[in-house]
Amino acid sequence: MKQTKLIMGMPITIEIVDLHVSIKDFRDTFTFFRKVDQQFSPYKKSSEVSKINRKEITEKDYSLEMQEILKLSQEIKRKTHGYFDIYYKGYLDPSGIVKGWAIQKGAELLREKGLHNFFIDAGGDIQVDGLKNGKKWKVGIRNPFNKDEVIKIVTLSNEAIATSGTYVRGDHIYDPLKKNKVVSEIVSLSVVSTSILEADLLATAAFAMGKKGIEFINSYDGVDGYMIDTKGVATYTQGFMR
Amino acid sequence: MKKIFLSLVVIISFTLYSLYERQQVKDAVTLVKTSDKDNTSDSTPNSSSASGLPPAPGTYKDGIYIGSVEDVFYGDIQIQITIANGRIDSIKFLKYPDDQQTSIMINTQMMPILTQEAIQKQSSEVDIVSGATDSSEGFRRSLANALFQAK
Repeated sequence: MKQTKLIMGMPITIEIVDLHVSIKDFRDTFTFFRKVDQQFSPYKKSSEVSKINRKEITEKDYSLEMQEILKLSQEIKRKTHGYFDIYYKGYLDPSGIVKGWAIQKGAELLREKGLHNFFIDAGGDIQVDGLKNGKKWKVGIRNPFNKDEVIKIVTLSNEAIATSGTYVRGDHIYDPLKKNKVVSEIVSLSVVSTSILEADLLATAAFAMGKKGIEFINSYDGVDGYMIDTKGVATYTQGFMR
Repeated sequence: MKKIFLSLVVIISFTLYSLYERQQVKDAVTLVKTSDKDNTSDSTPNSSSASGLPPAPGTYKDGIYIGSVEDVFYGDIQIQITIANGRIDSIKFLKYPDDQQTSIMINTQMMPILTQEAIQKQSSEVDIVSGATDSSEGFRRSLANALFQAK
């Protein structure tokens, strides 16, 4: 069974192939994603993020989820030596961390329901559990120069893949160490990890480093990376040779 | 006489070019994987160095090569590779960042080598596609823009 909903401004697709799956499993998971959107959307005036940016609430009033997100982001900022920062020009923007975190929580929710063969895809960042038809899930990496094409295929099980990138028409990821400088040497960087949160964060942070991003991923234990530069040349770590 | 001179010039420049190509391979720290298609079109053995094409995989010249010092953002890295029987025999790190903070996150084992390839269209028979979707990336981009204006 497979369902797609538009939440957090992006398509979220869930496919569950366990035999005992029910509609309720999908409904509960999508409800969770909507709740995350209500809480963390910088667009919604009523969200906690907006309230923090308007200085309407102070740290002692932060929700448990917000505290978790802030703690996580501090940790990753330290680990990435400042490359990953949820503050942009003084405003809180946890979008970069919330997506991965929400996918992770959503997957945990499904596992608690006894489901073990599924994927959750939120805007191209994917957590994959178990198998489909007895085989690992086949995951393609989108061609950054032609979004209708796939240029690499990996098979995953109990792993996650996240891709950070830009299409040729515009840059969007800022280098936090050189304010206002956009990254433009590379167009796509995918990271495979056992954790979607880690994959998502590392993909974002490594992409911001430009061509050195793949070295950074290579130096990390237990993760793999596939980077595509502006000339259409991919540089990848050993895990992508399979 | 003029013709002989001309052909000599051609031969010499060809030889220089082929030497230059070989030098390029020596300098490379990352391995460039040539696609299989290229190898089938070049069927005569040992023709690669004579024709000036880069050597096929597995035919690197034996020896010890030292790569350039590369500034990866957490420090400098320099690699030494030993080629034996045309293949990579060992890789040694001459320079490697080892300050305490980074060593927590960085694998202290020998780092595996990176590989390169030109991207090529694959079969579209996949279960899922990972990529920066217009919507999600547009979300981040416009957000950054909105915040910039809000300042």
